[in-house]
Amino acid sequence: MPRELTRMTAAELSVALARNEVSAAEVTRAHLDRIAAVDDRVHAFLHVAADSALAQAREIDDERAKGIRRSPLAGVPVAVKDVFTTIGMPTTCGSRILAGWRPPYDATITTRLKQAGAIIVGKTNMDEFAMGSSTENSAYGPSRNPWDLDKIPGGSSGGSAAAVAAYEAPLAIGTDTGGSIRQPAAVCGIVGTKPTYGGSSRYGVVAFASSLDTPGPFGRTVLDTALLHEAMSGHDPCDSTSIDAPVPPVVAAAREADVSGMRIGVVTELSGEGYQSGVLSRFAEAVELLESLGAKVTEVSCPHFGYALPAYYLIAPSECSSNLARFDAMRYGLRTGDDGTRDAEEVMALTREAGFGAEVKRRIILGTYALSSGYYDAYYGKAQQVRTLIIRDFDAAFGQVDVLVSPSTPTTAFPIGERADDPMAMYLADLCTIPSDLAGNAAISVPCGLAPENGLPVGLQVMAPVLADERLYRVAAAAEAAFTGRWGHPLLAEAKGL
Amino acid sequence: MTMETLVPFAAAIERYEPVIGLETHVELGTRTKMFCGCTTTFGAEPNSQVCPVCLGLPGSLPVVNRTAIEYTIRIGLALNCTIAAWCRFARKNYFYPDMPKNFQISQYDEPLCTDGYLDVMVGERTIRVGIERVHLEEDTGKSLHVGGATGRIHGAEYSLVDYNRAGIPLVEIVTKPVEGTGADAPVAARAYVTELRDLLRSLGVSDVRMEEGSLRCDVNTSIAPRGSGRWGTRTETKNVNSLRSVERSVLFEIERQAAVLDAGGRVIQETRHFQEDSGITTAGRSKEEAQDYRYFPEPDLVPVAPPADWVAEIKAALPEAPSRVRARLRAEWDVPELEMDAIVNAGVLGLVAETVAAGASPADARKWWLGELARRANDAGVEPSALAITPAQVARVAQLVTGGALNDHLARDVVGAVLAGEGDPDQVVAARGLAVVSDEGALNTAIDAAIAANPEAAAKVREGKVAAAGPLVGAVMKATAGQADAARVRELILARLT
Repeated sequence: MPRELTRMTAAELSVALARNEVSAAEVTRAHLDRIAAVDDRVHAFLHVAADSALAQAREIDDERAKGIRRSPLAGVPVAVKDVFTTIGMPTTCGSRILAGWRPPYDATITTRLKQAGAIIVGKTNMDEFAMGSSTENSAYGPSRNPWDLDKIPGGSSGGSAAAVAAYEAPLAIGTDTGGSIRQPAAVCGIVGTKPTYGGSSRYGVVAFASSLDTPGPFGRTVLDTALLHEAMSGHDPCDSTSIDAPVPPVVAAAREADVSGMRIGVVTELSGEGYQSGVLSRFAEAVELLESLGAKVTEVSCPHFGYALPAYYLIAPSECSSNLARFDAMRYGLRTGDDGTRDAEEVMALTREAGFGAEVKRRIILGTYALSSGYYDAYYGKAQQVRTLIIRDFDAAFGQVDVLVSPSTPTTAFPIGERADDPMAMYLADLCTIPSDLAGNAAISVPCGLAPENGLPVGLQVMAPVLADERLYRVAAAAEAAFTGRWGHPLLAEAKGL
Repeated sequence: MTMETLVPFAAAIERYEPVIGLETHVELGTRTKMFCGCTTTFGAEPNSQVCPVCLGLPGSLPVVNRTAIEYTIRIGLALNCTIAAWCRFARKNYFYPDMPKNFQISQYDEPLCTDGYLDVMVGERTIRVGIERVHLEEDTGKSLHVGGATGRIHGAEYSLVDYNRAGIPLVEIVTKPVEGTGADAPVAARAYVTELRDLLRSLGVSDVRMEEGSLRCDVNTSIAPRGSGRWGTRTETKNVNSLRSVERSVLFEIERQAAVLDAGGRVIQETRHFQEDSGITTAGRSKEEAQDYRYFPEPDLVPVAPPADWVAEIKAALPEAPSRVRARLRAEWDVPELEMDAIVNAGVLGLVAETVAAGASPADARKWWLGELARRANDAGVEPSALAITPAQVARVAQLVTGGALNDHLARDVVGAVLAGEGDPDQVVAARGLAVVSDEGALNTAIDAAIAANPEAAAKVREGKVAAAGPLVGAVMKATAGQADAARVRELILARLT
């Protein structure tokens, strides 16, 4: 028996499974036991799929006995954000309005994970319909940060990040619309990637903002994250916005981990006032480290990034106001007030009143307003123009450098409850991540140390051009290797919340 | 309901000039729906042709049906429109239970086809109807409101929704305002829809059956005092589901609006419903304010950019326009316009043309398709084209009659046998022994017997009352089981007795 299974990386588990040192059933059981032991404190999961996970593991073990290995991830557990549709499991999106809904179809990525033989251990908690940065907007209560259970794990994919950081699963998938993978990865001290928009399928991902939503991987190491990235990605004919191009060679890049000669640009606009000092100092160290590894570092200005947040808060709510219109009690989900005296319109209104939380309502109202005739040009139209300017900023920057870097978040994890009643403060958590969502390019967050003032993890964000996702892994893996060498252990080993 | 005050049409037209406009919705005859792979068979079991996409289930995404784009371009080209090199779908947002997503994927300010025309004959006058736009959208589901007096949602006990129709590709063809038709306005409206129907049928893009709802019309009508140089306020009449109703709705609205204006009132811009039974229009729900659909570009779809060579290919393959076909055939066949109208209105122009091409005379071909075959199609409740007889077979029957091998009575039997699947006309004649009895020996025997049995009739004929030969001919026909050529029998009887 090797060392504790839940402490192993996905890559290590993959090797152990291939060498028959361990069975998929044992790996799965170990993670289900870990979930049973800690998840009442972490609350990373909304649904634990113990029976189907074990059944899936037995199937993989049967195949392994016959010498069949579906993929490097065959037999490796993965946690799935509750925004992906899954046959046989509920899909609630953290909302009361979808309580108990069991979709009749699998998301393309769910299907790909199953085909790869990854074991789906359960569905993870999230801010309702992926709107939020802390999981506090979940109708089912917040998840907690394994570094400090009184702190937020980030959001909206906070459950996925917390599950990986708490060793409940070596891998997880989430979605990033404004930073919903990178921000939780940063504050939980793990790795998370927002692939190029269109690089990973949205089919079966319950939409928040269609032009921004991007599924992506979480892992405790850069290589693990790359393995999941590769397994979940690729063209999907069911998603018109899916790009018909080969998956960038992210695993190879993660293994190479070489930045010598790479041109790295530090984004001027993503630092300074409003950033926590420990975040800035760790980020500065990371930049020095990359330079010491042979990268050529310059400062690059992206003058329109300052307008990204307001543009995002017009585009995302506009799309969400339309996407969430379908939750009307007519066909699935919650139905309120249908007592035989009310007409369909009243039942729709009562259901939506009862089924949506405050943040979701705020954004639906905001978006409905922004799309209204007479306001469209001033709000939605103008925001789209800003989006174009941000894309141009990126294009100009990537004309000078291979990747851009910044802190992943302005601050480390904040206390649960601190920003719950202050939407603007909450929105600022996505300040650094939103530009890449608006532009559709790829970005990753990788741990770069602990803020001295509170001992909480800080994330380094690396941004690459559209379809150059492999550059993220090259840089992140180089930084990870150098930092781990310096620290003498993975950063997560210092997490003391559990 | 209070009776509307009306001004007789002739009087109304004397004082007011009408402007009409038509919005026509056509369900395309694609095998599958607009954005998913569901089949589109009419009349299937409710909710049997549905999937996550056309039910708008959370997470599902649309993918454009290429054939629907091709059909729309075909329509646009046939209507002399400009085809957009690049255009987008848009979301039209409104809540209604038969709309699975509570938005309709449609086109807004970037329609696929714009600025064309259709020439329409009204009597001897050609009216050029301008086409504003042709765009593509998805159909909604179909609501059935049960228990109310009106069949509308108001007052219903409950409603049922069939989503089989949801997502069927729907083309909307919008005319420019049609001015200067004067007293011809109602007829012109009808002629336009008729011409459009024939055109669409010839293009093979839709079965254009108004009674099944695959062609639906909204008719806009306004009037203004003659010589005023301005347009009046228009009303939009919905539910206009037959050619006759198109004409009647315009007529009624002119009469009604004239009465309103005569009384010093103001025509209200509103939606009105056409009542098939009474031929009147009634006010729909009053709209205090215009509905705001909050259109915005559909983010789940990529823009449509039909390559120029593809459009050219579609254009090259367009069939001859029905109006041109009609003019050409009318000249070739030398038939009056009224007769031609009858052929066209019966939907058998193509069949008659093919029958003529197969060797029948135009008169015979018309006679068969408008007479016996029209009756049989009507009895079977199918279109004449769906009958199990080919134009070539009809032409062969006509030739057998012309050549004297069959009489009309026998020919109908042969047609019946062909329809019953007994084979080609020649096979039926041979197998059933239906050929006309032309053996004069056998005929003379039968004639002798007839004269002997009807001495009074024979006496009258001998006295020169030729008309009295009828009963004798009848007796011979009866004796030969109808298999004699009645004209020849008559000749033989007259030769014998006079």
